[in-house]
Amino acid sequence: MILGRVVGTVVATRKDERLMGAKLLVVRAVDPHGKDEASHMVAVDTVDAGLKDRVLVVTGSSARMASGLKDTPVDAAIVGVVDSVEVKD
Amino acid sequence: MHLARVVGTVVASRKDAGLLGMKLLVIQPLRADRSPQGRPLVAVDSVGCGVSEEVFYVRGREASFPFLPAEVPADAAIVGIVDPRDAG
Repeated sequence: MILGRVVGTVVATRKDERLMGAKLLVVRAVDPHGKDEASHMVAVDTVDAGLKDRVLVVTGSSARMASGLKDTPVDAAIVGVVDSVEVKD
Repeated sequence: MHLARVVGTVVASRKDAGLLGMKLLVIQPLRADRSPQGRPLVAVDSVGCGVSEEVFYVRGREASFPFLPAEVPADAAIVGIVDPRDAG
């Protein structure tokens, strides 16, 4: 999984029917110290994350294991809101 | 599978039900000579390892297999601790 920060929302009216009702958020990857990295992605939110929250994102086919995403066309899902990260330097 | 060093821990109270009770660790992938390779990532622990230990981990869908039949939404899982060895 990677750490990210929610930086925006995506609204898409015409989409795959399995994505109906899904909350789509733009997530920017961050390093364990909270510093922004270059990559962004769109992820389905399963934990009611909000703007600016630091989140845990699962990518690839494992994203479909998140609750409610079985058999959906999804390759990135927010599966946790991060309280804290402790890194030993 | 890949080599990595455990460098930190992640606490997340609000998370997917499949991750409840899972230990989340920050790992730094390593080359064969133990130098860091690429960016750190977060992995679930299936073997009970701790910070600064050298481990190996799996990526992708297989990362949820150690927890079967539970369906854990994880794309990286630590599946082994590398035994400490003498430098010489």
